[in-house]
Parts: sequence; structure tokens; C-alpha cells
Amino acid sequence: MSFTASSAASLTAAEGSGFHAPGPASFELPPVFGDVTKPMILVVLSAVIVIGFTYLASRKAAVVPGRLQFAGETVYGFVRNNIARDSIGSEHYMKFVPYLFALFMFLLVNNYYGIIPFFQFPTFGRIGYVVPLALVSWLLYLGAGMWAHGGPLKYLKHQTVPGGMKGPILLMLVPLEFLSNIIVRPVTLTLRLFGNMFAGHLLLILFATGGAALLSSGNIFYGGVGILSFILGILISFLEMLVMFLQAYVFTLLSAMYVGEAIAEHH
Amino acid sequence: MVDSAFNMIGVGLAAIGPGVGIGLIFAAFIAGVARQPEAQSRLQSIAILGFVLAEALFIITVALAFVLPL
Repeated sequence: MSFTASSAASLTAAEGSGFHAPGPASFELPPVFGDVTKPMILVVLSAVIVIGFTYLASRKAAVVPGRLQFAGETVYGFVRNNIARDSIGSEHYMKFVPYLFALFMFLLVNNYYGIIPFFQFPTFGRIGYVVPLALVSWLLYLGAGMWAHGGPLKYLKHQTVPGGMKGPILLMLVPLEFLSNIIVRPVTLTLRLFGNMFAGHLLLILFATGGAALLSSGNIFYGGVGILSFILGILISFLEMLVMFLQAYVFTLLSAMYVGEAIAEHH
Repeated sequence: MVDSAFNMIGVGLAAIGPGVGIGLIFAAFIAGVARQPEAQSRLQSIAILGFVLAEALFIITVALAFVLPL
């Protein structure tokens, strides 16, 4: 078979076999059984993993920690000291540590599903799973602010009226502050986590399926590019590991910062 | 076809802003650590926070590029 013929054949084969670029449809998996889909199972499993891990890590608590207890204490200490205490302040932070710790572990497990073999689906690549989490954080900091300032109206004044401002400028500032502090925050929390997981997973799918399509095209040059695509896919996986941790950290950090700002004494 | 090309160009253009922003954030972070190495742990969390806030702009763009009809 001559070279030109094979390359033309492979071109038509590549088109004929129909390499579809991955899109939002790649996230719509068929149900596993009944109406239960893969992310549903994963999210339940993640709760089991988090509860199981924290239970096992704290079951035989000793002064000299074992390996598992040390790992658990490291994560807990990180969330308590570096996230909660630094952003909420040393007076009230312990009240919010349980939520923040659970949130961080839950996010971490669900994000790392994206690269663990056989799971390979970040639950938060579907926006429906992110919205409730952001809503819980939203309600938490609203509730904490109302608790700290003694009533919804006082809290609203604290969040929307900047200190040291007087006169007609308030007409402009109050709606702006209301918008940015009450309305936009849960939206950006949702979109940040969803967008990162969605785009990252899409990138991994693109490099993997694109590499496979190029390798199986039968053309040696396409095959070379296919290998390059696989190598890039591996590198992107490492980047994704960083991003997955970073997004869990940032979601928790922002939740803590919103709480800290809501219960602060003055602006 | 033309609309889809505009969509691509738009995503590319949208990447410029956060790219410049993230560069500035880490430039400031490196300069800060070079001046005062013991402040690294404090600066790091601030730098990562700024990086994530800047990056969110582009992530939202990517999400919208998929969501908006061509």
C-alpha cells in the first residue's frame, strides 16, 4: 500500500469512525440502574469514605499517633489552623471548624474521583451537585452574621452599609454591596468549583480520546502526535491533581472568609 | 460556522486578562518572598487566593462558551 493511499484512507477512516470532540454531553452518563447515575453513587460513596476515614483515624486516638491518626490530624490541623482560625478569628472559629472540616474532606474526595482509576468522574463536574454545597455555605454565613449581629436587619446593615460613608453616595454603594456580598457570592462559589472540575475533566477526555483516535488512525505521523497527546494528557493529570486540591482548599477558605467577614465587629 | 469561530476567538481573548492578572499576582508573590523569605507562608495563601479569583474569570467564560447557543 502506498503512503498517500494509506494516509488518505486513514483520513477518511478518522472521519468515518467519527471522532467527536468531547463536550458537555460527555458528562451525561447513562444510568447505572434505574434512575441512579454514576455521580449519585460516587457522592454517596464519598460520604462513606469521609465518615469511615475520620472514624478510623480517631478511633484509637493515642498521644503518639499512628499512621492513620497522623494523616487525619494533619488534615484537621490544616483546616482548623490555616483556614478557620486565620480567616474567622481566634474567638469564634471553633464553632465553624466541624462544618469546614467536613466540607474540605468531602470536596477533596469528590474532586479526586476525577483521576482515580475506575471512578474517573469528578462529581462536581455536574453543576447540580455544586449548587447545594454553595447554598449551605451561603446560609451558613448569613445565619452566622444574623447570630453575631442580633437580627437580620442589623446584619444586613453590617453587610451593605460601608463604615465611614455618609450622604447620597450610599444610594449607590448599598445596592452594590448588597449585590456583591449577598447575591454574587454563592454564584461565584458554584461556578468556580463547577467550571474548574468541568474544564479539567473535559481537557483530560480530549487528550485521551484524541490520542486514541490519532494512534488508531493508521498513519505514522498521526500516531506520533497521538503519543504526544498521551504525554500531554499525563502532564495535564498532574496539573489537575494540583487544581483539585486547590479548588477544595479555596472553596473551604472562601466559606471561612465569608463567615469571618459576616461576624466581624465592624467593617 | 462563522459564529462558532467567533466563539473560539472570544475564549482566546478572554484568556488574556486572567493570564496577565495571574502573572502579576505571582510576580508580586515572588518579589515579596525574595524580600522577606520568612513571610512566605503568609503570602502563599494570599497569592493562591488571588490566583483563584483571577482564574475564576476565565473558568466562567469557558462555562458560558459551552452554555450560550452558537
